[in-house]
Amino acid sequence: MDISTLTICDAAAELRKKTFSSVELTQAVLDAINKKDADLNAYLSVDAEGALLQAEAADAARSAGRDGDLLGIPVAVKDLINVAGQPCTCASKQLVGYVSPYDATVSAKLRQAGVVFAGRTNMDEFAMGSSTENSAFKVTRNPHDLTRVPGGSSGGSAAAVAGGEAIAALGTDTGGSIRQPASFCGCVGLKPSYGRVSRYGVTAFASSLDQVGPMTKTVEDAAVLLQALAGRDAHDGTTPDVPVPDYRAALRGGLKGMKIGLPKEYYIGGADHEVMACVRKAVDACAAAGAEIVEVSLPHTEYAIAVYYIVATAEASANLARFDGVRYGHRTANPGSVFDLYAKSRAEGLGTEVKRRIILGTYVLSSGYYDAYYGRAQKVRTLIRKDFAEAFKTCDALLTPVAPTAAYRIGEACDDPLKMYLGDIFTVPANLAGLCGISVPCGQTAAGLPVGMQLLGPAFGEGSILRAAYAYEQGVRA
Amino acid sequence: MSKYLITIGLETHVQLKTNTKMFCGCSLKFGEEPNTNVCPVCLGYPGALPVMNREAVKLTVMSGLMLGCEISRLSTFDRKNYFYPDMSKDYQISQQARPLCLGGGVTIQTPAGPKRVRINHIHLEEDAAKINHYARFSGVDFNRCGTPLMEIVSEPDLSSPDEALAYVQALKQILVYAGVSDCNLEEGNLRCDVNISVRPEGQEQLGTRAEIKNMNTFKGIYAALEYEIARQLATVARGGVIVQETRRWEPDLGETQSMRSKENAHDYRYFPEPDLVPVALASEQIAAWKALLPELPSARRERMVAEYGIPEYDAGVLADAKENADFFEAAVRLCSPGLGKTVSNWFMTEVMRQLSVTGKTISECPLTPAALAELVELVDKRVINGPTAKELSAELFENGGMPGVLVAKRGLGQVSDSGALEGFVEQAIAANAKSVEDYRAGKKAAAGFLVGQVMKLSKGKADPQRVGILVAEKLARLA
Ligand SMILES: [Zn+2]
Repeated sequence: MDISTLTICDAAAELRKKTFSSVELTQAVLDAINKKDADLNAYLSVDAEGALLQAEAADAARSAGRDGDLLGIPVAVKDLINVAGQPCTCASKQLVGYVSPYDATVSAKLRQAGVVFAGRTNMDEFAMGSSTENSAFKVTRNPHDLTRVPGGSSGGSAAAVAGGEAIAALGTDTGGSIRQPASFCGCVGLKPSYGRVSRYGVTAFASSLDQVGPMTKTVEDAAVLLQALAGRDAHDGTTPDVPVPDYRAALRGGLKGMKIGLPKEYYIGGADHEVMACVRKAVDACAAAGAEIVEVSLPHTEYAIAVYYIVATAEASANLARFDGVRYGHRTANPGSVFDLYAKSRAEGLGTEVKRRIILGTYVLSSGYYDAYYGRAQKVRTLIRKDFAEAFKTCDALLTPVAPTAAYRIGEACDDPLKMYLGDIFTVPANLAGLCGISVPCGQTAAGLPVGMQLLGPAFGEGSILRAAYAYEQGVRA
Repeated sequence: MSKYLITIGLETHVQLKTNTKMFCGCSLKFGEEPNTNVCPVCLGYPGALPVMNREAVKLTVMSGLMLGCEISRLSTFDRKNYFYPDMSKDYQISQQARPLCLGGGVTIQTPAGPKRVRINHIHLEEDAAKINHYARFSGVDFNRCGTPLMEIVSEPDLSSPDEALAYVQALKQILVYAGVSDCNLEEGNLRCDVNISVRPEGQEQLGTRAEIKNMNTFKGIYAALEYEIARQLATVARGGVIVQETRRWEPDLGETQSMRSKENAHDYRYFPEPDLVPVALASEQIAAWKALLPELPSARRERMVAEYGIPEYDAGVLADAKENADFFEAAVRLCSPGLGKTVSNWFMTEVMRQLSVTGKTISECPLTPAALAELVELVDKRVINGPTAKELSAELFENGGMPGVLVAKRGLGQVSDSGALEGFVEQAIAANAKSVEDYRAGKKAAAGFLVGQVMKLSKGKADPQRVGILVAEKLARLA
């Protein structure tokens, strides 16, 4: 058996039984990376030596009587989350050579839990993109079809998990960057509610939208990983003091009696018919499992993409200003002046899509345009939030497609950024409204490409969507 | 040439007296090695997030309450975007849309009487790093980056350099009083930007203004304003036009120089800071902070006049510096009733003299309020006489201790026992027949000489008042 393909929960059970050690498990994952990553390009860097030392420490702790669901489990980390001593390039030339001087809160929590930091996964540069093609370093391939993209921006994490190169991974989701690659690669991706997981130490793309979340092989794994990540953090003022429930306990309960809403705006046109067929089949399965299906309306859905690309780029234009070549990262050779240093360092270090979004964000905040763009976008954002609040009065979770299509071919959408942006239509509203969402595999296209369905829950309602997702997943498996 | 009116408004940046920076746990100790009080947050590292320093909010609100501002129940922070190496994130977290304090004002004294200077608002922001220029390169010291800074923005209510100076000094006094800031100009605790314009008398609309930056001393503010007023008046006098611009005061040259015109002004692209939740202040919280406020200097002056019966002038001098007033009041409260004026006399003469000689502040001296109170009591109870007390006060000022202990140890208590004193009087009269003659001849001053002789004989310990009476009685009998 190839133990690198195990889930967190199965691997933890075997570690407890001493079937293998964490060092053996970690070595198996490193071997799998060695064997497969030349094809997949999921990782930007692998810390074999560090990982094996951490695995040894985990084995020693276990021998000393310690236990834990994540003790000794190798996890891949998206390359924008700081792990002390490791690189954190954000898939940008701008951060080549930067070594994290500190742990992000999520890294510190996982370190505490005994996780092994195996390596860092590829992504769209600074998380800007939906295909991982915007990485400055390499194009990650979809494990189900190497000619296709893994989705993005957490494409490396999704490919690593689905391709058997990681037990589990961390991704980040600003407009769908966990859920859409999970759907493209056929794994589970959970975007927690805004404020559920600390953003401290996670390189910011859009501060009011970003969240870190688990990318796993099963819903139960997502619950286990979320359990370790969630909670108030004194370093992140946007994490409220909302108690963290027992997510694994929340899994049980089944679909019976749950009210699942279908937002009608998500079911009219747009999406690929094969994708819609899979989603509708999932709806039927939920109904068969005892869920009550209700139709709801989210009338402001059509504005979500526009609002998202104003808010996200505006915040990004400020967040990415710090990559100026002064304190760390790429600095141009022999600048003529301080402004020359800024202009050239950034021109050389940042990629096209990143520049496009910085320019867009700078524009929408400019004097004279602020009200028309950013001000108005914030107002519509409030309306989108209200739409969801209204919908969640009548249902526990919403079931929608994740993306309008299954994984497309590498290079297919590159030349048309607008088309790429429109692919986020089903995922961005959750970020704008601060909701939680999970992508769960729900079938395949005729070509054998995975399709995911999305379950959306109210803010801090992770328990509900995990319960529904778990019941669905178990039902499918049975 | 028609008369011109001058309009001045000030933006005063005040460093708040917190232990740590505005958004991280770094220390604010002044004068450390460059880039030692830094962390991922204040260095703007990828992923670092700001966390609000509640103490900075509290001190700003307390300042607002002292200055009569309305406190915002919900206050928000904004990002002010600009590229410069002194700002690690290349944006500054500041407040634009909803600052912590609105309105309020300060009363200053002018030759024409008291004048109210209105405050537009007070907001909280983070300070920038310090850039040091060397021969062939420049270095950035981020120790200061992220220091909590309160910006007090006045209305353009000031009309002369004197008024501007009086305003800044009044602000400084109030803020030091409230314990909000040390307002130490040398350490850059208090810095001003000035907006200034001139317009012909009778014209309603304000003239085009210039903003002047980089004035770090009271002298600098005054000199920069004088220069800039003269420059603007000279410009309009020769028919020129004032352009809206930012100018920089160059203290070495004694002039302001243009930094950038309005056309080149920054577009700061302010937008709400998504990393910080709004600061919501319950009325109970504001009330609790209000309860911590000290009295304003003007109120204290009036109260001390009423409570201790001291002259207006004394009260004004004492109230000027909070620690002097605190010392004085602590001493008075330890004395028997009715001694306020005496304590004030001692403080205003002996103590203040010593302070100015040594250049120290009262808190740097070993003299305690209890010691001063005891000294005043000893004189009042005639245990020691004035000259002895003066000597003692100098010693207490230098070395500390309690006067009662010194008096007992050295037998400095004054002699007022009639038997002993009469003996000294007999001796003095016997030894100075000439003076007695003079007195008889009508030279009444001779009595004073005899009193002095008695004091000498007593080694300075006689009660001079008693001696005076005894000498007078004796001379009368001899006459
Ligand atoms: Zn710091």
